[in-house]
Amino acid sequence: MATYSTNQFKSGLKIILDGAPYNIVENEFVKPGKGQAFNRVRVRNLLTGRTVEKTFKSGDTVEAADVVEVALQYLYSDGEAWHFMNPESFEQMTASDSAMAEASKWLKGQEICTLMLWNDAPISVVPPNFAILAITETDPGLRGDTATGGTKPATLETGAVVKVPLFVEPGESIKVDTRTGEYVSRAKEE
Amino acid sequence: MTALWRPTADISALTERAALKRRIREWFDQRGFLEVDTPVLVAAPVTDPATENLTLAPGAAPGDVFLATSPEYAMKRLLAAGSGNIYQLGPTFRADERGRYHRPEFTLLEWYRVGQGLTGLMDEAGALLQALGFPPARRVAYSAAFAKVTGLDPLDVDNATLQRCAQDLAKGLTLDEDDRAMLLDVIFGIAVGPTLGQDGVPMLLHGFPLCQAALATQDPHDLRLANRVEIFIHGVEIGNGFEELTQAEVQRARFASDNLVRASRGLAPRAVDERLLAALRAGLPACAGMAIGLERLHMVLHSHHDIRSVMAFADELIVSTAEGPSEGCDR
Repeated sequence: MATYSTNQFKSGLKIILDGAPYNIVENEFVKPGKGQAFNRVRVRNLLTGRTVEKTFKSGDTVEAADVVEVALQYLYSDGEAWHFMNPESFEQMTASDSAMAEASKWLKGQEICTLMLWNDAPISVVPPNFAILAITETDPGLRGDTATGGTKPATLETGAVVKVPLFVEPGESIKVDTRTGEYVSRAKEE
Repeated sequence: MTALWRPTADISALTERAALKRRIREWFDQRGFLEVDTPVLVAAPVTDPATENLTLAPGAAPGDVFLATSPEYAMKRLLAAGSGNIYQLGPTFRADERGRYHRPEFTLLEWYRVGQGLTGLMDEAGALLQALGFPPARRVAYSAAFAKVTGLDPLDVDNATLQRCAQDLAKGLTLDEDDRAMLLDVIFGIAVGPTLGQDGVPMLLHGFPLCQAALATQDPHDLRLANRVEIFIHGVEIGNGFEELTQAEVQRARFASDNLVRASRGLAPRAVDERLLAALRAGLPACAGMAIGLERLHMVLHSHHDIRSVMAFADELIVSTAEGPSEGCDR
């Protein structure tokens, strides 16, 4: 079992606390004059996404977390799990619903996603920053209505619902920012 | 990956440092202080429970050799030998200290004035800071600063309450209720220190609890206090000073109690520096001394936010792991 000492702490280091994998977001070395030194860290639970503060005595050790990030291609979902493939080794891997979280809203197939693996099992999936998706359902576009700021809901081919400008037509493809879930623009030829 | 051969500080910062050192030397020389140089390699480690000496590898020299964590003991031996007022600017070494304001090797300005008490020391430190360009310093008592932030009186509050307060601030840390000095350190380091001198006006913090006396004399007017002062600027501890302990037997007792604290924290005891005690017995004149971290002084004077920016090569000792260099502090 690999361990880290507090003097190896830095942002991005993956450690185990209370049995869960955490990422060190911020690490501060505190030592009041001639006093005991300690490290105050902000850590993010990689399973729940929650950030907490922890303090360690300088010199304490923690267990290293076996966490790596890999780029895998999304293949398909069979209702039970989400299937990915390493485009170089053709090895396949499945991710659970909880690892997918919001990513499932933006994937139709073939996208290269970033998966975080803990002990070789996916715990999170991040799709590409932008997705080009077709609108399957929305109210008809109002011609000439390019000036108003109004929006209407549109359902995309993945089932995601985003707000789009009033002039957008059903059947059109749009570009969406997957990080915010927001409409960016009409898609160029795709 | 940045070119690892490059300095971590800009040449402009190194120019600031050279000018700062020149102004410091001028100030002390004008006041008749003698500049001295004391060894970096020493035979006796410190008993301080919170400071570890770096050591040379076994076999590198006959006997154990340590790197000095401060020039204090040697400078006191000079004072006992009749040196008069002295100052030193030189490298200092402390194990396992790395962070935004820490490196295991750093530079200390340390000075001693004979016949001076704590108030005179605070006046002198304030005068030096003003000469370097800071506004006139303010003073605050440790207990007032502590109470302002925590609502607790650090001199009177019981250990259990102190422990709850410390535990609140340091989640995840197991704190021994009986280690009062540690509890105060945790609270002070996290919650109080960073609030001092925030407006850029240096703050002189005095009236430390006796358990944090280090090598300072006990305040005869209030036996709960030690004659110790710390300088804070922008929440950073810049300096630490004492009205110096001159009695060998009191000093020996302090060393012994340090070793007890070391034992309670699971640390090996340290042999006492007999040459320092012999100097005290021979007669250390009443004096007060102050140590200021040159890099931190530079940082607050010229608005640098990481010690890397003020040291020519701050990261020579960083160990590279597979993920890249590891550091004590990151943003």
